[in-house]
Amino acid sequence: MPAETAILLRRVFPVPPDAFDQAGQVSTEVRRLLRGLGAEPEVVRRAGIVCFEGEMNIALYTKGGRIVLVVRPEVVELLFSDRGPGIADIELVKQPGYSTAPDWARELGFGAGMGIPNMEKNSDEFHIFSRVGQGTVIRATIYRGRHDPS
Amino acid sequence: MTLAEVVAALGLVPLVELGLERRVRWGFCSDLLSDVLAHAQEGDLWITHQRHLNVVAVAKLKGVAAVVCVRGSRPSREVLRTAQEEGVPILSAQEDAFELAGRLYRLLGGEP
Repeated sequence: MPAETAILLRRVFPVPPDAFDQAGQVSTEVRRLLRGLGAEPEVVRRAGIVCFEGEMNIALYTKGGRIVLVVRPEVVELLFSDRGPGIADIELVKQPGYSTAPDWARELGFGAGMGIPNMEKNSDEFHIFSRVGQGTVIRATIYRGRHDPS
Repeated sequence: MTLAEVVAALGLVPLVELGLERRVRWGFCSDLLSDVLAHAQEGDLWITHQRHLNVVAVAKLKGVAAVVCVRGSRPSREVLRTAQEEGVPILSAQEDAFELAGRLYRLLGGEP
């Protein structure tokens, strides 16, 4: 893991619950900011996917939360946190195909059970912590300056 | 093949008429947004039944050549406006997804 270095940019984006129709806005803004900082296209692409999936998860399944973008010279970090309900079995949600999405969300094309696997796949480091009744925190780190076509 | 050539050959109706000079790499057929995020590639023509606002975000994120709504369906005016603002071409086809995908496959010569 790279040593902690100077923060080039830090932004906090609140994500309200049930506002999935607006979701996607944070990932659009994150990609715009990263491009503005001259991040590699592959880093922008991966961060966009991680952010979109995380944003959808907060909007669809939680009581709301926030996304923090931290850009350092070597890494892009995305921190997702929400106010619950929390995830009882983390290993289960990492399984492709597992989903707790209600029917209405599935009809809109969500709930494929690929959100968290997609986030993990597009991150170089991926940590998820959760406590039922409290909430979930995800820390996704993407290394800059390397090409990892996934 | 450019988007303009594909639109003409398949008789698609542009609802958000943009990016006709874009190269269409291949097609991608899915209604699952995470599937598109995971597997669609830049320049793919995305054939789908979904037509809500998140489709625009996913299309932009992946850099698909265009979104094609099947069976003559069309997104709401709000979605079309957002697509216009975000630079995402939206097309409409009369055929169902299977037929349209088949015609596109043949048009593109059976490989990307």
